[in-house]
Amino acid sequence: MKGLLGIEDLTREEVQSILDRARDFQPREERLRKLDLLRGRMIVNLFFEASTRTRTSFEIAAKRLGADTISITAQASSVSKGESLVDTLNTLAAMRPDAIVMRHAASGAPHFLARYLETPIVNAGDGTHEHPTQALLDARTILDRGTPLEGSRVAIIGDIAHSRVARSNVHLLSKFGAKIVLCGPASLLPVELKQIAPGVELTTDMREAIMGADVIMMLRVQLERQHEASFPSGEYFGFYGLRLEHLELAKPNVIVMHPGPINRGREISSEVADSQRSVILNQVENGVAVRMAVLERVLSDARN
Amino acid sequence: MTLVIKNGRVIDPAAGFDGVADVLIEDGVIRGVGAGLSGDEVFDASGLAVAPGFIDMHVHLREPGFEYAETIESGARAAAAGGFTSICPMPNTSPVNDNATVTSYIIEKARRHAVVNVFPIGAITKGSAGEELSSIGSMINAGAVAISDDGRPVMNARVMRRAMEFAKSFGIPLINHCEDLHLSAGGDMHEGFESVRLGLRGIPGASEDVMVARDILLAELTGARYHVAHISSRHAVEMVAFAKARGMSVTAEATPHHLALTDTHMHPYDSNYKMKPPLRSTCDVDAVVGGVVSGAIDAIATDHAPHPGSEKMQEFEKCPFGILGLETAIGIALQELVHTGKIGLMRMVELFTTGPEKILGLGRGTLKVGAPADVTIFSTDREWTYDVNKSFSKSRNSPYHGHAFKGGPVATVVGGKLVWQALP
Repeated sequence: MKGLLGIEDLTREEVQSILDRARDFQPREERLRKLDLLRGRMIVNLFFEASTRTRTSFEIAAKRLGADTISITAQASSVSKGESLVDTLNTLAAMRPDAIVMRHAASGAPHFLARYLETPIVNAGDGTHEHPTQALLDARTILDRGTPLEGSRVAIIGDIAHSRVARSNVHLLSKFGAKIVLCGPASLLPVELKQIAPGVELTTDMREAIMGADVIMMLRVQLERQHEASFPSGEYFGFYGLRLEHLELAKPNVIVMHPGPINRGREISSEVADSQRSVILNQVENGVAVRMAVLERVLSDARN
Repeated sequence: MTLVIKNGRVIDPAAGFDGVADVLIEDGVIRGVGAGLSGDEVFDASGLAVAPGFIDMHVHLREPGFEYAETIESGARAAAAGGFTSICPMPNTSPVNDNATVTSYIIEKARRHAVVNVFPIGAITKGSAGEELSSIGSMINAGAVAISDDGRPVMNARVMRRAMEFAKSFGIPLINHCEDLHLSAGGDMHEGFESVRLGLRGIPGASEDVMVARDILLAELTGARYHVAHISSRHAVEMVAFAKARGMSVTAEATPHHLALTDTHMHPYDSNYKMKPPLRSTCDVDAVVGGVVSGAIDAIATDHAPHPGSEKMQEFEKCPFGILGLETAIGIALQELVHTGKIGLMRMVELFTTGPEKILGLGRGTLKVGAPADVTIFSTDREWTYDVNKSFSKSRNSPYHGHAFKGGPVATVVGGKLVWQALP
């Protein structure tokens, strides 16, 4: 495995081994100690798109493994001086980092760069394509709650068309035999998604999506990715916002997930976000553990 | 000074001729086709096909304005190496070819530097902005053979109607790049499973269909000669067939890549597969091939669109649309149409000669006595591999780099002069 570009190309076994290893990195009773598994290694975090939680999470993950990290944001980089993406990455790669963690607003940007670079690239989200570490941390969170992925029913609700979180989750959950119900307004729910992986259903009816669900994943309404009005303004929360009454349709032990940042009152009510069923903060916590497992794996493979 | 092309399989659709013969050329003109002809110079075409010079009615030569991507000289050399003897550059240069001065500039440059014939196409509207009609009459007087805002559609139906009326009065065809810009806005590839999987914004087939439908209705209203550039969608092909059945002067061209490739052939995020219209679905490609077989589609045109590496080596969504086409067209046509048994060689030659000739009226596309001596000599079985790094084009954006072809251009004669010959 050179780098980590997406979930689609991974095997179930590869995913399983990352999830297993992530458990070793979850915080225990005792205070977290810094490990030295990646001592002397250098990881560059290159974020061409605004991100607080993912960037911080990768940085903490690297530091807990003993690696040195440098974080670069687009505004501070030479991109603003008109340098092309390939040149920026070649320049960084020439300084011999062990891995580049990258987020970019263009779908496929890391895949395009991986063709030209020796340095392994970890995709921290590319446009509307994939966000592999998010799907991994979501799976870790579901498993931690004692819900096996196989046979579980996972409702993913919101702007599916523009969601890299949805795509990565669909690929991951499908590999483990979960039933996935994708739900959103028809303009944000391309029918072709039904063929993207086995076990995927589509519905525009939120109640139908939630019926009998073990997991409800809410997606952020991606205002910045909508190039036109895809649904009548002001109608979103009424039809696709998650409220307490919806939870009664789901399995009693349903968990509610959200990749964050949440828009309270837009796609999720405050009551649900703060309820016992919400595992949003567990997701954040698992983000660090999963990214430690990914970085360890990517860097050990790169050395071998 | 005479040249005789000996013992080739001469295929001349205009004369309905297909047989082994010699072609005699004198002073840049065809003097005869028959057995046992002799001349001062001899080209042995044994085992090769000898056809009227191929016409590519849709290329981008980038000059004036984008000489770093292509020039009239380099594009013409690429054309010759692709077996084309006449090419029609689209007007989206800088400045746009929307007046007689630019038209004359292109023709003069071509006269001095191009090894093939260059027949410019003028813009429909000023700056191809879609609003005000350009100086169509003076461009035609200067040598423009058709009008088009290629690269952009004429979005305003009223402007299109007026342009058709004007084009009709000059007896030239109007060529539209059919794309509803509102439906295609922001799209980078065909809208379908692959675009959804790759997280790229789609260009629906409907963006082409609605424009073709509108234009056919306007062509009926105005009686204009209307031509669909680079047709790529199933419904568009059906509508052109419908218009033809109604007896209208509606024609269409298809590019080699739209006959060969679907969105599933695309290497993910490789901009050498990014063009407009985009590579569409299997059912669209089947329909385009079907249109070529049935006659709904009249011509093959390459839409040769050079872009330098600096522009194509970027994030997919940032890259410009378009790929090279001149040097691989015959290889692709043979591979997709002839070797598959879908059409015979006669029909293939038609698509490159009488097809575009009937639309444009250049006075070429035949080997009849007295015709200009433009001849395309090609092989149907020689194996060769396309190396884009050896292309005569100044750009390198081809998805066919490294592709092995069976059959391709061997020699190109323009005005009686051998302007290109493949290495043995």
